[in-house]
Amino acid sequence: MSASRRVTIVAGVLLIASVAGVILTLRLVDQNRTSATLEEVLYISSPQAVKRLSLGYDGLLADIYWTRAVQYFGSQHMMQSARYDLLAPLLDITTTLDPHLLVAYEFGSHFLAGQSPNGAGMPEKAAELVERGIRNNPNEWRLYYNLGFVYYLEMKDYAKATEAFAQGSGVPNAHPFMKILAANMAQHAGELETARMLWQTTYATTKEDLIRKNAVAHLRALKVDEDITELEKLVAAYQQQTGVNPSSFNALIGKGMLPGVPVDPDGKPYKLMADGRIELHNPDDFAFVEKGLPPGFQPKPPKF
Amino acid sequence: MNSRIFHIAANTFREAVRDRVLYNLIAFALLMSGAAILVGQISIEIERLVVINLGLTAVSLFGVVIAIFIGIGLVSKEIDKRTLYTVLSRPVRRWEFITGKFFGLAGTLAVNTFLMAIGVFAALLYVSHHFQKSDGWLLVALYFIALQFVILTALALFFSSFSSPLLSAVFAFALFVIGSFAEDLRGFARMAHGLERWLATAAAYLVPNFSALNIISSVAHGQPVSGQLIFYNSLYALIYASMALCGAVLIFERRNLK
Repeated sequence: MSASRRVTIVAGVLLIASVAGVILTLRLVDQNRTSATLEEVLYISSPQAVKRLSLGYDGLLADIYWTRAVQYFGSQHMMQSARYDLLAPLLDITTTLDPHLLVAYEFGSHFLAGQSPNGAGMPEKAAELVERGIRNNPNEWRLYYNLGFVYYLEMKDYAKATEAFAQGSGVPNAHPFMKILAANMAQHAGELETARMLWQTTYATTKEDLIRKNAVAHLRALKVDEDITELEKLVAAYQQQTGVNPSSFNALIGKGMLPGVPVDPDGKPYKLMADGRIELHNPDDFAFVEKGLPPGFQPKPPKF
Repeated sequence: MNSRIFHIAANTFREAVRDRVLYNLIAFALLMSGAAILVGQISIEIERLVVINLGLTAVSLFGVVIAIFIGIGLVSKEIDKRTLYTVLSRPVRRWEFITGKFFGLAGTLAVNTFLMAIGVFAALLYVSHHFQKSDGWLLVALYFIALQFVILTALALFFSSFSSPLLSAVFAFALFVIGSFAEDLRGFARMAHGLERWLATAAAYLVPNFSALNIISSVAHGQPVSGQLIFYNSLYALIYASMALCGAVLIFERRNLK
């Protein structure tokens, strides 16, 4: 074998071994630097400073910061973290770099507004973000919808929600449903039916799969909350009539109060507890429910 | 190191030190550190921070420029001057030539970094009148910067083994920029699906990860660096440089020099 050929073979083998070594060591480096990039990018926490430092390439930098915000939210969500400290500053920088990046306002408000562990639990910051979005993009009806949504569902500020929907309904090319929502707010604020209408509108108007799945999870939870509210009323009525709690749903069926054993949206029967409470068969399958949970139950994050 | 590689490396070092551009860049880096003092005096409460950030950034950027612009000429200059034929007509193998050139430039950059580091520490002492315990982490940051130079030198040499100096400089600089966003690139890959995910992941692992080697901001805030990270980063830089060097040797072995 010639010397040159020998060198080629040795260098070739070393090259392949190095490629494998690079991948392996990079993974080890990554394990030592969890979230390091995000922590470092926020050493410059002033959005204006980041914009100036971008040297005019602010569009690309906004995309990078938006991706970082999504990754940060995703990783915190996976870890079921109760803290999302970097989310608001990341969204602030993103939208300062590109004030017309609508997705950052829409998704960002969802991320910020949701209660922990499904979101950052910062509805005020979410409202601020969308209000800034409206100032920068006054003709985008979806931003008014998002603002009304945050005020209605997360902050329970029905007056401001009504105002946001009403303003949005006047924007050119606004979805016709905005007018109905604005009118509905005034009359039926705080009712489950209004919340259902909001989530149905979200489901029907969004193009994003993640948001659609989120809307479905909320609609399922609303159905459960509504079912259990009704069932608890029936149990209370039975208790008033007989002086005792019903031992099973059959007792209610026997009295003609129920047509059959009630089932949840997955078709599984609800459980009637000895103290008259109603519980879900599999509470883990229903994120966002407020009723039907066993005492002390810790909900898992929704599976999207 | 075998003696032929050592002699080529020593020669490369001597040649680079004689190079006026190299002297100018060192002078300029020291000037930048001096400028840091001036900026520190007109700022409030961030004098140390400015000196560290500006000083280490200057060390990094000037080293990068030297690594790329000297590295891309290492092979082509020898071919243009026809000195390569003289070297290879002696009992020197092509792989020894490439390896010697690599060690020569890496050594030059190590000396260069050392001199610039003295400038940064002198500026820091001038601003704060004494060193703090956390200033020791600056040495780790400087070590990581030197690791960046090792990778970049190997890459510049790799490109110069088959491409023109201008294109080699463009390729090496582009890889430096992409490598500085390597962690974002892996983030993009994680969000992609199917074939795109595979392609993006492959690209993300192939480009050098310069972002893990840049800890300037964190040491400026006095944050410690884990021993594990120092070890893995060293291992990574060593393996990555070996990979680029093997590529350069493979190409140069088969290159027609007539």
